[in-house]
Amino acid sequence: MIKAAEAMVKCLEKEGIKVVFGYPGAAICPFYDMLSKSDIKHVLVRHEANAGHAASGYSRITNKPAVCIATSGPGATNLLTAIATAYADSIPLIAITGQVSTDQIGCDVFQEVDITGSAEPFVKYSYLVKNAKELPKIFKEAFYIAGSGRPGPVLIDVPVDIQNTLIDFDYPETIDMRTYKPTLKGNSLQIKRVCEALKASQRPLICAGGGVFASNASAELKALAEKASIPAVSTMMGLSLFPTDHPLYFGMLGMHGVKTANSAVSKCDTLILVGARVGDRAVTSPNFLAETKKIIHIDIDPAEIGKNIKTDIPLVGDCKNILSQLSECLDSLNHDEWLAELREIRNNEPKEDETQGFVNPKMFLRKLSEAMPDNTVCVADVGQNQIWTCNNFKIKKGRFLTSGGMGTMGYSIPCAIGAKLADMSSEVIAICGDGSFQMQMMELATIVQENLPVKIIIMRNNRLGMVRELQTNKYEGNQVAVHLKGSPDFVALAKAYGIPAERVSSKEEADEAVRHVISADGPYLIECNVYKYETSL
Amino acid sequence: MSVSKKEKLYMKHTISVLVENHAGVLSRVSGLFSRRGFNIDSLAVGVTDDPAVSRITIVADGDEYMVEQLEKQLNKLIDTLKVKALAENELLSRELQLIKISCTPAQRSEVLTICEIMGAKIIDISTATLTIEISDTTAHLARFEELIKPYGIKEIVRTGVIAIQKGSDTIKK
Repeated sequence: MIKAAEAMVKCLEKEGIKVVFGYPGAAICPFYDMLSKSDIKHVLVRHEANAGHAASGYSRITNKPAVCIATSGPGATNLLTAIATAYADSIPLIAITGQVSTDQIGCDVFQEVDITGSAEPFVKYSYLVKNAKELPKIFKEAFYIAGSGRPGPVLIDVPVDIQNTLIDFDYPETIDMRTYKPTLKGNSLQIKRVCEALKASQRPLICAGGGVFASNASAELKALAEKASIPAVSTMMGLSLFPTDHPLYFGMLGMHGVKTANSAVSKCDTLILVGARVGDRAVTSPNFLAETKKIIHIDIDPAEIGKNIKTDIPLVGDCKNILSQLSECLDSLNHDEWLAELREIRNNEPKEDETQGFVNPKMFLRKLSEAMPDNTVCVADVGQNQIWTCNNFKIKKGRFLTSGGMGTMGYSIPCAIGAKLADMSSEVIAICGDGSFQMQMMELATIVQENLPVKIIIMRNNRLGMVRELQTNKYEGNQVAVHLKGSPDFVALAKAYGIPAERVSSKEEADEAVRHVISADGPYLIECNVYKYETSL
Repeated sequence: MSVSKKEKLYMKHTISVLVENHAGVLSRVSGLFSRRGFNIDSLAVGVTDDPAVSRITIVADGDEYMVEQLEKQLNKLIDTLKVKALAENELLSRELQLIKISCTPAQRSEVLTICEIMGAKIIDISTATLTIEISDTTAHLARFEELIKPYGIKEIVRTGVIAIQKGSDTIKK
C-alpha cells in the first residue's frame, strides 16, 4: 500500500512525464511531498496561469499531454485562464488541483472553490476524485482523453484527504471507454469523393489549421500539397506548417492575414479545410465562401463540421491518416496557371522608412527572423505584436506558437519557458507588447531560476496598441484606457533580475541588438521603441 | 449562427440520450444548452435497465441546423453513449402531470366526468380541492388543462416529456 499522493506521482512517471509546472499550496502538499522524491522536474512558476501556459508550450513542442499543478481555491481559479486558452487551441493539458478535504467540500471552508464546476465549459473532461482507489484509472483515462481525438485539457481535482489515503497501486496497461471512441480513419467513400473533387478542381486551395500540428501531420500535408501542386494558406494556429518561403505557401488568411492568402481564398474554386475550425478571425465571410466554392472539411471533431461553414464534403478523422490516403489516391496534378496567378499577387510590403526615434517592428522582425537559427521556436503574444510576428517573422524549419483562439495576453513568456524545456536544442524567442509583458513579467524570475536562455522582445509603444487601433478606426479615435502610463524601464527591470537587456530606438541600434540576441548564451531582452500609431497590417 | 439563417424551419425536436450514470453528467448536459444557446422545452432523466446508464429525453425548439449541432455537441461529451433524434411520427411520448384545482363538493361529479373522458385520475381530495394525475402527450395535457381551468388551477407540476420509438426499434438500433 502507498499513499495516493505517491500513486499520483507514479502515474505521471508511467505516462513518461519528465517536467511539470506548478505552484504549491496547502491542499496539494501531500502530492508535492511525494513529487520531491521523484525524478520528475518541477518548475516553480510565479503565477498559476503561467504554469498552464508553460505546460501548453511544453505540450506543443513534445506533442504529448503536459502537466500543470495548482492548489485549491485561488490557485485553481488562477489556472482557469490557462485551461480555457488550451481548450480554445486544442492543447492537451493535465491540470492537477488540490481540493479541500472531502468531508469539508460544500462547507465554504478556507480556499475552497468548485473548480470542476468552474472549468466545466472549457475542459475536455474533468474529475473530482472521491475514491482514492480510482486514481490510477482516472490518470490513465485523463491522459488518454487529453491526448487522443481532438486534444484538450483535462482537470483532475484531488481532495487533500484523498491524497493521504493508502491504496494499492496498479496502473492500468490498457484503456477502453465505451463512451469515448474518436474516429481516426477517414471514411473511404468520402476520401474517394474528395479525390474526385480535387481532380475536377481548376483552382484548389488548402487552408491548414492547428489541427494538423495536433495530428503531427505537417509532413503529410506538405507531401499532399507538393504531389498535387495545390497551393496552401494557413490560419494563425497553422503558421509554421509550411516554411514561409515554400513555393506553394501563400501566408496567413483572415482579418489580420496577408493579401495573397485572402485573394487565394476568394479566387479558389475548391477550399480544403484541414484541421481548421473556421474561426471568425480566420474566415470572415463563411456564407459567401459556402455559396461560391466547393468546401471540403477534414477534421477529427465531427462537431466542427457544419458548425461555422456549410460543407460539401465532410471528412472526419485523424488528418495524418487522411492526408496520406489522399496523397495515395491522387496522381500528380498540374495547377501551373493557378499558381502563376497567385504568384502575381504582391503583398503590401512594410515601408522601409522609420519614424525618427523608433524601430519599425515589421522590418525588425524580418531581420531578426532571418538572423535566428533555422529551428527557432517563435512565440508571439497577443495584440499588434502578434500580427506583426505572424506576417513578418520568417519561419524556416522552426515553429510558431501563440494563443490563437482565446487571444490570451501574457501567454508568450511562460509558453516560451515550456517550449525551451521541451527542446533545449532549439532557440526560443518570445515576442510581446508592453501591455502583455506586464501580464507575465513575474516569469523573468522563472527564467533565471531555471537558467533558461529564452530571448524576449518587447514592442513598446506605451499603449495597448491593438485596442488603440480599434478605437481609432471604430470609435472615432476616442482612446480610452489604452495608455500604459507608469510602466517601468524594462531594461532596468530585466537587469534587476540579472537578465542582460538593451533598448533600441533606431534601425542601426536594432541591427546591433539582433547580433546581441543571436550571440547571447543566456536569456536576453530587447525593448523596442515602437511608434504609437504603427498599424497592425 | 450564420449558417442557420437560411433554414428558419423551427419545430419541436425530441432527442434521446444515453449517458453514463454518475455524478456531474447532468450538469455537463444542461451546461451545454445554455453555453451553446440552445432553447430547450423540457428535459427528463432517469436510470435505465442498466443501472450504470441513464436516459435523458430532451425536447428542444429549433431548426435543422440547431438539432444537428445539438446532436453533435451531445455526442462530443465524453459521458455520452448514444444520441438519437426521434422523428415526430415514429415516437410515442408521455408526460406526467399532477394538478391541484379548486373544487367544491357540488362540482366534483362534473370534474370526475372530464377526468374519465380525458383518462385522468383523481388521486387526492379535500373539502375545497381535488388533485388529479394525468399522463399523456403534451398536446393532450394542454387540452385537459383548458377543460379544467374554469374550476381554478392552484398548482401544476409536470415531469417533462419522455419518449420511446414505435414498433420494435430501440435507441440502440
